[in-house]
Amino acid sequence: MQREFMKPGIAALMLLCPALSVQAEASKVREQILANGLKVLVKEDHRAPVVVSQVWYKVGSSYEPGGITGISHMLEHMMFKGTKQYPAGEFSRIIAENGGQENAFTGNDYTAYFQTIEKSRLEICFKLEADRMRNLDLKAEELEKELQVVTEERRMRTDDKPQAKTQEQFNAVAFANSPYKHPVIGWPSDIANYKVEDLQAWYQQWYAPNNATLVVVGDVDAEQVVKLAEQYFADLKPSEIKPIKPQDEIEQKGVKKITVKAPAKLPFIMLGYKAPVLKTAKPEWEAYALEVLAGILDGGNGARLSTRLVRGKEIAVSAGAGYDMTSRLPEMFMLEATPAEGKTVFDLEYALKQEVYQLQTELVSKEELQRIKAQVLANDIYQKDSNFYQAMQIGILETVGLSWQKGDEYVRNINQVTAEQVREVARKYLIEDTLTVAYLDPQPITEAPKPAKLTGGHHAF
Amino acid sequence: MRFNLIGLILLLLSPIAGANVNIQNWQTSQGSRVYFVQTPSLPMVDLRVTFDAGNARDGAQFGLSALTSALLDTGAGSWNADEIANRFEAVGAAFSSGVSEDMAWLSLRTLTEKALFDDAVSTFQTILTQPTFNPDDFQREKNRTLAGLKHREESPGALASLAFQKALYHDHPYAHPEEGMLDTVSAFEVSDLTAFYKKYYVSSNAIVVIVGDLQRQQAENLAEKLTAGLPVGEKPAEIPPVTLPTQASTQHIEFPSSQTHVLSGMPGVHRKDPDYFTLYVGNYILGGGSLVSKLFDEVREKRGLAYSASSQFVPLFREGPFVMSLQTRNDQTEQAIGVMNATLNDFIKNGPTESELLAAKKNITGGFALRTDNNSKVTEYVTMIGFYQQPLDYLDQFPAKVDAVSLENIKDAFQRRIRPELLQTVSAGGGK
Repeated sequence: MQREFMKPGIAALMLLCPALSVQAEASKVREQILANGLKVLVKEDHRAPVVVSQVWYKVGSSYEPGGITGISHMLEHMMFKGTKQYPAGEFSRIIAENGGQENAFTGNDYTAYFQTIEKSRLEICFKLEADRMRNLDLKAEELEKELQVVTEERRMRTDDKPQAKTQEQFNAVAFANSPYKHPVIGWPSDIANYKVEDLQAWYQQWYAPNNATLVVVGDVDAEQVVKLAEQYFADLKPSEIKPIKPQDEIEQKGVKKITVKAPAKLPFIMLGYKAPVLKTAKPEWEAYALEVLAGILDGGNGARLSTRLVRGKEIAVSAGAGYDMTSRLPEMFMLEATPAEGKTVFDLEYALKQEVYQLQTELVSKEELQRIKAQVLANDIYQKDSNFYQAMQIGILETVGLSWQKGDEYVRNINQVTAEQVREVARKYLIEDTLTVAYLDPQPITEAPKPAKLTGGHHAF
Repeated sequence: MRFNLIGLILLLLSPIAGANVNIQNWQTSQGSRVYFVQTPSLPMVDLRVTFDAGNARDGAQFGLSALTSALLDTGAGSWNADEIANRFEAVGAAFSSGVSEDMAWLSLRTLTEKALFDDAVSTFQTILTQPTFNPDDFQREKNRTLAGLKHREESPGALASLAFQKALYHDHPYAHPEEGMLDTVSAFEVSDLTAFYKKYYVSSNAIVVIVGDLQRQQAENLAEKLTAGLPVGEKPAEIPPVTLPTQASTQHIEFPSSQTHVLSGMPGVHRKDPDYFTLYVGNYILGGGSLVSKLFDEVREKRGLAYSASSQFVPLFREGPFVMSLQTRNDQTEQAIGVMNATLNDFIKNGPTESELLAAKKNITGGFALRTDNNSKVTEYVTMIGFYQQPLDYLDQFPAKVDAVSLENIKDAFQRRIRPELLQTVSAGGGK
């Protein structure tokens, strides 16, 4: 789901206990750019006889003009509908018969396809992915059906979920002209009106080796993987990829507030401050300082929102902070919370702003800062337990226009953040004039749900 | 870094593990079974202590197991919730606790660097053996649970699930949701939680799973240290058998949503069920294979009726549910249920084809290594093996058992076990 909160990944103990042998290590990534522009990145991990293969395209909802929002996601679905060589259903059937797991996902800034498979079968993935990179066979009748599927997906993810609906409307209002104002899945009337020509044009425009990154992590030999990639992808023709217009968000000149009414049981509040990301922050440390700031507020059960709002004052049943430093365009620093019984969203708004005020006026303690750094370092090791996560990190960084090396610098850069820098970004970015607030105002769900129709006797609800 | 994404289908967690997992097994002096897998490649360890204390042990106090579990890290020994959280976070350790139908567990992931490891383990051990169940913490966590129960009422899917469980299990302990009900949770006193903890969180009712970069001797010391602080106690009586419904039923819950959520099924298999592997393979073909199953094909690929359409068996100590599920636009509900039922009925009557069975076996055995390709998955699998006392070579046997399944086995097992005349169907959504 778009802009869902995930706890900031965190950590480093080196400051705390200099004798520790635990340290972030540079990852060994083999990088090769093929003549047609496809970038191949391979990381060996020999812990289990499996491999994950991911193809990342530099296209997502933030690339979409009005009228066809969600088309990247729609195309992602259509990529499973076959080519001349492998008709609809064949891709999934072949991967399944080889014991593979596969799927795809779309975000603001990327569309990616992946398979996890026993290591000797990587070639099958390459063969199939190379084929659908250039040879997708888009059919109007398949689109007609799949469009219904995506409409059902939208109902399930957004329309029938009060908090998700609030989030969608929040984004639409918070961003004035940044493409992040559109939902990844698209607006309903745009979804309803895609034509096969729209999909064809989008596919032609963005699906090419020189707009893609192939990431492989697992029990493989990097050199052999590069050779295999050459074998299957090298013949694909590159396209002319025109640079996307910047669509810089205009400066916000004062707080924006909205109310979203929906059938719901609990109120909910979201606050978002405009904030730079790693790619746009000048100087760069500001993004790391914002990441640490998110950790101070919400980096675990010992962070401020849990200790002060959920416990402490007991005014929230849940509270969180989120910041995505790896977006392609400037983002928001988010706060959100659900009030405890007898408390209101306005009580929470006041309390959250008090937390912001304190971050602007007082330095965070040495202990808090070290706790965040300890978590970041530990997580850096824990994440190596998952090939998929490692591939994901490489893929995102490359696709938003940073580079995979940024992943290796992460722990070190977090480590260098000071209490003064945290206070400085709080003062600079967590300001009322660039704030947007959304309140979910629960509407009655009719009377208590009860069975309207019951057949078959004794199964009273 | 966080990931914003929406997938082609829901990413289902596949709770399965893999081959080449060497499980070492022993008992502590207190009688807890220990399962240890040495994985030396990363300087970390996963530790999980599991009790037969899931929500099936709630009695009439639905939600008691879950709230007891939620209170554990809010106060232990001389520490309050903040101090406990700080102790873990200062050493980069991650603690969690939770419950399912059969199990209640406490988990820890920590680095193995001695100073960090020792701190994390001592905090974990204190939570395990000396939780304080402070009245203020109890009241707050109870209120948070009650808020969660209200939140549940916003979701037609959750409401359908509640009614479905009740329809399958009537008065059996599997009939209620782990988080409980508003009226039962409202009535809890802190003494209910302490009594539950004292009865079930005992060493004879515990298993210990350790996966990570430790030597055998370290693992033995760790397991011994953890369980030493628990009274021996006794194992609770077995969860009672499940009685099958006596007839089919259909119920609809009216809800102001644009989609109707549909669940249909009946009690399915238990963990040691002789039909388990046969039904598992059969169900992969019917609705378990995420992008390639019959239900997915009929409901989504051919007709565009739903985003997800699937079926699964959830094996528990007793027969867990067999459930088919989909969500569709309100006015298509009847059509979608019709397609789902026709697909099931055809499968029961005719079974799979030779080529479908072959494809299923290729997927399950060919992808077997994926099931245990990291410490998290190994921990899950070994917990299952230990808790349900499966053979230690369960994973090694798995592919052969799958390969041995025949067309006739599947047809026969589905005909005996999945009976349309007993299916319980629940829908929740906007009216016709």
